[in-house]
Amino acid sequence: MSAVAVHNLVKQYKSGKAIIEAVQGVSFDVARGELFGIIGPDGAGKTSIFRMLTTLLLPDSGGATVDGSDIVKDYQAIRQKVGYMPGRFSLYQDLTVEENLHFFATIFKTSVTENYTLIKDIYVQIEPFKTRKAGKLSGGMKQKLALCCALIHKPVVLFLDEPTTGVDAVSRKEFWDMLRNLRQQGITILVSTPYMDEASLCDRVALMQKGKIMTTGTPQQIIQSFNHNILAVKAQNMYGLLQVLKQWNAIEDAYSFGEYHHVIMKERYDKKVMRQYLASTGYADADIHAVTPTIEDCFMQLMQHKHD
Amino acid sequence: MRTLRFLLQKEFKQVFRDPAILRIIFMMPIIQLLVLPWAADYEVKNIKLAIVDHDHSDYSRQFISKVTASGYFQLDQYTTSYNKAVEEVEKENADIVVEIPVHFEKDLVKESKAPLFMAVNAINGVKAVLGASYLQSIVQDYNNEIRQQWMQLPRFSPQTTIEITSSNWFNPLMDYKLFMVPGILVLLVTMVGSFLAALNIVKEKEVGTIEQINVTPIKKYQFILGKLIPFWVLGLLILTIGLAISLIVYGIHPAGSFLTIYAFAAVYLLVVLGLGLLISTYCNTQQQAMLISFFLMMIFILLGGLYTPIESMPQWAQWIAKFNPVSYFIEVMRRVVLKGSSLADIAPQIGIILLFAFVLNGWATWNYRKRS
Repeated sequence: MSAVAVHNLVKQYKSGKAIIEAVQGVSFDVARGELFGIIGPDGAGKTSIFRMLTTLLLPDSGGATVDGSDIVKDYQAIRQKVGYMPGRFSLYQDLTVEENLHFFATIFKTSVTENYTLIKDIYVQIEPFKTRKAGKLSGGMKQKLALCCALIHKPVVLFLDEPTTGVDAVSRKEFWDMLRNLRQQGITILVSTPYMDEASLCDRVALMQKGKIMTTGTPQQIIQSFNHNILAVKAQNMYGLLQVLKQWNAIEDAYSFGEYHHVIMKERYDKKVMRQYLASTGYADADIHAVTPTIEDCFMQLMQHKHD
Repeated sequence: MRTLRFLLQKEFKQVFRDPAILRIIFMMPIIQLLVLPWAADYEVKNIKLAIVDHDHSDYSRQFISKVTASGYFQLDQYTTSYNKAVEEVEKENADIVVEIPVHFEKDLVKESKAPLFMAVNAINGVKAVLGASYLQSIVQDYNNEIRQQWMQLPRFSPQTTIEITSSNWFNPLMDYKLFMVPGILVLLVTMVGSFLAALNIVKEKEVGTIEQINVTPIKKYQFILGKLIPFWVLGLLILTIGLAISLIVYGIHPAGSFLTIYAFAAVYLLVVLGLGLLISTYCNTQQQAMLISFFLMMIFILLGGLYTPIESMPQWAQWIAKFNPVSYFIEVMRRVVLKGSSLADIAPQIGIILLFAFVLNGWATWNYRKRS
């Protein structure tokens, strides 16, 4: 039995006469003990899926089970065994770190000491501030406290909605280390993120866009399914370079990627052809090299296909 | 039960940790009860008078001194020009113009009657009506005095006069503070009970903490009780502070028993808490809850019988007042404090209030959803 099984989940929001289709028939499975990432830009429908799976939102059609319990019928069972960390910090700001933790432990009819081993590694980092009010903590501290509170009742499945949004690079890395430690303790983790570079840190990912899942698989599988040559190009005039590249019929797509432009080449075209073309258009100085595709490249290509 | 205990613990911690709330809870009743009863007085005093005297006689002067000696009127202008007096009214310097015509004395003596003209500035309705009626009774009085002077002491008075004397039951001195303090106290209890409770719950929505609570196995009734009980206690605490102030500062010893007041308040608080809960289920931000609260509070105050008796309102307003829980508590408070009513006497009010409590709390509970 999978930890989370989602089948054709649909959620629509009505705003006035317009209907916003937030989630349009999404299906995926998460195996036990897996660290599963839902990756997509803002407005892809990630939060709606999480809110449905944590029984905060009723689906319009389709269904899902979490640890074998139906999200509509057995919602009470689910509330006993999932941990949820919403995107926005939502602990009591006027209670101290310690009080928040105790409060959430007690309403799950457990105690901090009972499951201390689970949160120990995280809690020791915020323990020096345990008498400080939660509202007075720094962003990274708040996030660690929120994770502790979501874990304190030893959930079977942990839902983390954009836990790393707005967090600095060092804290982000630390946070992912914590998640991998938790997975080793047997907790299934679903995490959503808008950052493509975090995909490679998950066991499996689902790439989402506009309420639909474009592909699911391990990061390696997704990258391997990318069957085009991809070249990174850099020149003095980056904007002009992109314009020139986009006019070229030998490419599938070109977009800026960090300090380079990534160019997806059509079949049969390679670096040599590229150099010739750029020389003929006044970019003889261009720095060109082949790169292995990343998840972001796959995402860009999948989006491109959707538009076609 | 254990869960509820922890919820209550958390709730009380939060309330007592918020200095603004504490200030509101303790300072508001004290200030309002110390200040408002002195200002909220039905008696109209300091009515400014412009007198246009065309007669300049003994009688006109006697009349004027009688009016000013009453203590209700202040002589602003003593003039011979009516236009000048009206000008004073326009400048808001005078409320009432009294015109004494030429030959006032002569007519009164010779023909036993003389006209007097009175013009009232009706911008402030209460002042106009009460001022005019005070003045009328002074004129009447004055009239009687003169008649007695001129009467030739016949054996039987040809004119029978009926004199009315009245005594004010339950409030012999017609002390308005005795009347207002219990009413103001009711409003305070209402405000704390319903609006603080509503704001508290809506705050959880606004900050997002309710999300975290909703994914836990906490039951709906546990959450609601966890919210209602602290404000129920705070409401009774405010009532206690208020009763203490009215006893110490105003010397108001309820004629009835404190137990009756508390018993009614305990039930009444269920109604206002239910109302607060109901508001919170329909609002998403504290601002919305605040505006609805203001709206309801205005209705509660103006249609609650605190300032104007409900019996003198138009029929439709009386119907609205029937659905205004505040009006019942004000009525009960005044009855218990002034008249000494017992629990049995106010049983009908308790019944109605209980009904309100069931309806409002039922509606609110039904409308409170842990998931959308």
